[in-house]
Amino acid sequence: MFKTALLAASALALLSSPALAESIKIGFVTTLTTGGSVIGEDMRRSVELALINMNLKMGDLDVEVIYGDDEFNPQKGRQVTERLVKQQDVDIVAGYIWSNVLLASANVVLDADKILISSNAGPSQLAGKGCNPNFFNVSWQNDQTPMAMGEVLNQKGVENLYVIAPNYAAGKNMVAGVERTFKGNIVGKDMTAWPDQLDWAAELSKVKAANPDGVFIFYPARHGPAFIKQYQQAGLFGQIPLYSVFTLDSISLPRFQEAKMEGVLGTIMTQFWAPDLDNEQNNRFVADYRAKYGTYPAFYGAQAYDTMFLIKSAVEQLGTKIHDVDAFRAAIAKADFPSVRGDFAFGNNQFPIQNFYSREVVADADGNWTTSIRDLVLEKNQDPYAAECAM
Amino acid sequence: MNYVLLAEQFLNGIQLGLLLFLLSAGLTLVFGIMDLVNLAHGSLYMIGAFFAATFTALTGSFLIGVLLALPATLVVGIVVEIVVLRTLYARNHLDHVLATFGLILFFNELVRVVWGPAGMSIPLPAALDVSVSLLFGITYPIYRIVIILVSLAVAVGLYFLISRTRIGMLIRAGASNRTMAGALGVNIPRLFTLIFGLGAALAGLAGMMIAPVTQASIGMGEQILIFAFVVIVIGGIGSIRGALVGALLIGIIDTMGRSFLDVLLLVVISPAAAETAGPALSSMMIYILMALVLAIRPQGLFPPRGRQ
Amino acid sequence: MTQTSKSQRPQNLWARLRDSRTSVSLLLLAIAAATPLAAPALGQSFYVDVIARIMIWAIAATSLNLILGYGGMVSFGHAVYLGIGAYAMGIMATEGITNGFIQWPLALLLCGFFALIFGAISLRTKGVYFIMITLAFGQMLFFLGISVERYGSDDGLLIFTRSEFDLGFAELDLSNGTTLYYVIWASLIGCIYLSHRIVNSRFGMVLRGAMSNETRMQAIGVPTYRYRLAAFVIAGMMAGLAGLLSANFERFISPDMMNWPRSGELIVMIVLGGMGTLFGPVLGSVAFLMLSELLSTWTEKWHLIFGPFLILVVLFARGGLAGMLERLNPRSDP
Repeated sequence: MFKTALLAASALALLSSPALAESIKIGFVTTLTTGGSVIGEDMRRSVELALINMNLKMGDLDVEVIYGDDEFNPQKGRQVTERLVKQQDVDIVAGYIWSNVLLASANVVLDADKILISSNAGPSQLAGKGCNPNFFNVSWQNDQTPMAMGEVLNQKGVENLYVIAPNYAAGKNMVAGVERTFKGNIVGKDMTAWPDQLDWAAELSKVKAANPDGVFIFYPARHGPAFIKQYQQAGLFGQIPLYSVFTLDSISLPRFQEAKMEGVLGTIMTQFWAPDLDNEQNNRFVADYRAKYGTYPAFYGAQAYDTMFLIKSAVEQLGTKIHDVDAFRAAIAKADFPSVRGDFAFGNNQFPIQNFYSREVVADADGNWTTSIRDLVLEKNQDPYAAECAM
Repeated sequence: MNYVLLAEQFLNGIQLGLLLFLLSAGLTLVFGIMDLVNLAHGSLYMIGAFFAATFTALTGSFLIGVLLALPATLVVGIVVEIVVLRTLYARNHLDHVLATFGLILFFNELVRVVWGPAGMSIPLPAALDVSVSLLFGITYPIYRIVIILVSLAVAVGLYFLISRTRIGMLIRAGASNRTMAGALGVNIPRLFTLIFGLGAALAGLAGMMIAPVTQASIGMGEQILIFAFVVIVIGGIGSIRGALVGALLIGIIDTMGRSFLDVLLLVVISPAAAETAGPALSSMMIYILMALVLAIRPQGLFPPRGRQ
Repeated sequence: MTQTSKSQRPQNLWARLRDSRTSVSLLLLAIAAATPLAAPALGQSFYVDVIARIMIWAIAATSLNLILGYGGMVSFGHAVYLGIGAYAMGIMATEGITNGFIQWPLALLLCGFFALIFGAISLRTKGVYFIMITLAFGQMLFFLGISVERYGSDDGLLIFTRSEFDLGFAELDLSNGTTLYYVIWASLIGCIYLSHRIVNSRFGMVLRGAMSNETRMQAIGVPTYRYRLAAFVIAGMMAGLAGLLSANFERFISPDMMNWPRSGELIVMIVLGGMGTLFGPVLGSVAFLMLSELLSTWTEKWHLIFGPFLILVVLFARGGLAGMLERLNPRSDP
């Protein structure tokens, strides 16, 4: 089996060695199996939608997207990245939901002198000292969204805040972010086991005993719905306002609606985007997504959609010379593409400089639950690590 | 010290413990009587949760959903026993671990294909979805009280089943000496299928009870499975009483650790260090407890008689 | 399973080569040796990395086989020693100690130390209690790894400088991919040879004897506990070597490499390859990693196939791949 694989692979290699580019191959790493695949699916749908909307063409080149499944595991993510870079010989690598998968995989792409675009993960390591000319981020840096939330909490006059987040790197970044801008007291802080803990009975009892003015949480993926449900069962909705980041999104809201949990309506969160952010590109994206898949896209999808149009804009500038990495990099850095968030520009560390809004859970005209933009909280915000980046 | 909080956390601990008991009771029976290490026990917990979610969605009633999901999980358990596990009884523990590890992979992927990756939530009747005031200013979610009562009822029922009925007699006979029971004319294969089905239904029930709280999700079985193994190892394999004691111990210690460990650590070390060490220690607590129990009593707290 | 290992007495070279398990395994090792030369010529340098990773896992599997296959100790937390080895190197590298002559011995000693403590407690228990207590120790360190922010916590730890072996007059440059590859290759050969020597020594006889009948061994006055503990420590250090190599190869460590499913995969590799055989772990890791690689390229739903495959292996392929290859041998043995 071992030898046949080798032979088959070498046969393939002989077939595919183009001198001039007729197509562009994009490797897209995301989570397609395990519980994390809800997010991966949203991203893949959005990538497919982007491909349809560009007629499978970027400039004169045909587009081929090869998906890699990280199985929610950094080692697997690294291996699949290696396969994309070294075996499939993709021209550019994008995707990545999880910070740990991205950190494990980044040097595979960067060592091969290829461009890497993160469509979601924004760890501080790659934003600050570890910034790299070939690395771009099309989402946000982890600290920014909770920093916006800290401002919102100040505006709402919250004095005593209780913080609950999972005990892993992103969770710690989120807590650190809110602590950067929140001016009141943090009366309680629980960092819970990740990803195993799905029952917060003990923590919620502590919240009740502390009786704060607000609770700040960060629970992505399947943890969000479980937490919010227990918040309701503990009788805390209506008693203590819940403020969240990356917890309520278009993936989880339909489930809440199915479960008739009216408590989440009116909940405030912060984000760089919402389905009703009004601009031409976003309106088209959201309308197409809803027409094709029946639900609102989540922000993960929005970022993936932007990623594809960003690459397209660069390829259009380059024509067939996509193998010239310096030119490719310069073309991407211009960020001359229609973004679902309106204006888009990269900072010195090649993370976006962008607006952050507060948004609220509402029912749309047809009664479907979604999120809607309320106020602009941070304007043209650059992440706090950019100063440490030497570029 | 806040006594209301302490009492509430105690209730939380009991609730978690009793839920673990539902899961561990089946595991310890299967383990003790059939000598089968079943890693896929957690998969039955997951399947029970998904069945309950589906049937609740179809019928609009959580109670009917559970009543339909119980026999459905039982059937899945029996099919798994007949198709895969029956051939494994004669093998060693290592083969059990491997084959049931394979079952976990299979079931997780199967659930993903059938129910999708997002998981399912189970809506509760509005009356169950709130908190209620108990004595001394304690407020507690009604549904968690339901979990406590149902689990207690199952524990009592299990006690009567095992100590007062003919089936229970056979189970006890099988537990203390399988060969002898077989020689005396007990239909061992049928007894095994029955016990496995019972264990599967109990695991499924645990999944059904917790699903309205945590949602039914892929992989929900693995983490709780490790808890359940810790419970039966601490309690002594094959002992229902040990499973009950072990489960309550784990439930209370885990909850208390999550509630008060950070405060206690502050007495000893600096706030910054406590912030790092607290969550780490509370995640490790049950493993430390297990290692301690086994270091002192290598057979667990209640090793069943007649086995070595 | 014990029978297969008993037929494996030291034999002359020719007799060994006629054994199809040995010849297939040696062929695999030879292919591995030739890969860095052949693969780039074929435009498939990707496979160099794949095979290097397989060899690292094969070392870890070989170490587990020593206690599981020959000693009957089902450790469900063996991946933790990979983690200790890797983190020891990663932590030293982060703190600025990049000298391999300091890193490697310290890391291996640390693995031995942990294996000594964990083994001393675990070996007091038997059967499933042993499985669970080794699992418990593994999980403790896994959670520790997740919590220590200075060394990356859940995000994992990036290693910027590989171990430096500089004698002044000669240098072993691990940042050269080919050099590192052959270091891994040689380590694998070394570990296989070491376990061959151990298994066929008096020490190994006691270990195997204790697996099949511990009471008898104790009755004839052999302190089996000490022998088992010694084997446990050796296996822990050998796995630590795999961890060191992995850290140098991947330049990335994550706590996930200590999580219990990784330990489960190690067991799968051994059983798949044939436990209690010298080359079983090698065959098993090749088969396991190639199969998961191929299946996952073919379909996302590969667990749906891989799960039942595992069950079939357990049910029908007794003795694993090594057992199957053995059945190919001409029946000339007594």
